[in-house]
Amino acid sequence: MSQKHIVEARGIHKHFGPLHVLKGVDLEVKERELVFIIGPSGSGKSTLLRCLNRLEEPTSGSVMVDGIDMLSPKTDINHARQRIGMVFQSFNLYPHMTALGNVTLALRKVAGKSRAEAEAIARQALERVGLADRADHTPGQLSGGQQQRVAIARSIALEPRVMLFDEPTSALDPELVGSVLEVMRSLRESGMTMIVVSHEMGFARNAADRVVFMDNGLIVEQGPPAAIFETPAHERTRAFIGQIQRH
Amino acid sequence: MGGWDRFVDTFFNAKVMEKYLPDILSGVVVTIELALLIVVSGLAAGLALALLRSLGVRPLNWLIVFVVDLFRSLPPLVIIVLMYFGLPYAGPSPSGFVSTWLSLALVLMAFSEEIFWAGITSIPRGQWEASRSTGLSYSQTLFNVILPQAFRLTIPPLTNRTIAITKGTALGTVVAVTEILGQASSAVSNSYNPSPLMMGAAAYIVLFLPVVVAARWIEAKFAWKR
Repeated sequence: MSQKHIVEARGIHKHFGPLHVLKGVDLEVKERELVFIIGPSGSGKSTLLRCLNRLEEPTSGSVMVDGIDMLSPKTDINHARQRIGMVFQSFNLYPHMTALGNVTLALRKVAGKSRAEAEAIARQALERVGLADRADHTPGQLSGGQQQRVAIARSIALEPRVMLFDEPTSALDPELVGSVLEVMRSLRESGMTMIVVSHEMGFARNAADRVVFMDNGLIVEQGPPAAIFETPAHERTRAFIGQIQRH
Repeated sequence: MGGWDRFVDTFFNAKVMEKYLPDILSGVVVTIELALLIVVSGLAAGLALALLRSLGVRPLNWLIVFVVDLFRSLPPLVIIVLMYFGLPYAGPSPSGFVSTWLSLALVLMAFSEEIFWAGITSIPRGQWEASRSTGLSYSQTLFNVILPQAFRLTIPPLTNRTIAITKGTALGTVVAVTEILGQASSAVSNSYNPSPLMMGAAAYIVLFLPVVVAARWIEAKFAWKR
């Protein structure tokens, strides 16, 4: 049953001390699918995303990514994580390295490429995000939008099978959002499987295959963007969409 | 003889200085040897403890914190005296030189562990997460991402501590180490003149100014454009 689904998370629970953040979430994502996860803050969207590459350890449940059991103690988690790119709200570029250094680090240390090979791949990745000419800049010399694109290049250089985006545009000035969405759109066109936690409803409407609405640690409903945005079945979804669209 | 001349004759007496210069110089050599040993072993041990602590093994961390707090609170002189006069009762009898070296290295270890640890914990979680999400292991992340950033933050407080503690080599006098201050004070008692002490002071300045300059250079080298 799993050859169609590249990501299969089942019965995910996550407790942070007394807080029950995820209360039994199932999420399946098909290859080349773009899934948008929306929901009010504190609904568990980011935690769910972080459970998929085990940055958070689920309290219970199972996560399969590209046929690998992410939660098994036998899994080489560092090897498995190469196949799962992640882009963070706050970019998290390494400030002591150039853009090129940021992209080559994992290529050299994890993928085992030589410096020359790694740099060639990294320059290609930077080219794909439109920053070939910024390779020698440090993060401090780049705008927020450029930093986030370098972060995307850092992930795609490893040729992941899935990309996770955790509010990739929330920390950006409005005029810089477009350039990042542009890169995400081109990734989508190249067939990348993507799971995106974001409030960019316009982008979701245009690009997503499916929108998942989460509230209070559970998936409330999911479906094609048009259905979720125009005719939501649940009162809570309606209320959330209404609030988002008011501004 | 005027007041000024008498001052110079007392504190900067050329004859006395000439006579005791070789003693002071041999003291300088001993101080340099001691200081280098203390800095290298103290900082290495401090970094090692900070790295061990970052593994987050509870009982081990309690032990590290206990040792670090102990050596931060004891006066260095007490440690030197205990090691030189006390340790022989338990078996090993280190020389004054070794006692001074090990005591001050332990103190520098304790302080530098705290400084390294503060540096490591001050690096945002996101740096760990970004690195681990691309498949780097814990130690690869520590050495390639975290420590280079942490070192930059630790250099100024580390320099201060290192200088303060290496100046403590003067405490070796009490256990008969013939470092600068030891040589100077025995020269003072032999010559009934404080000029050797002035030479000693000059020697400390000549010795430690380059350390401060080197620290500034390292600091600039580790800086990156923001």
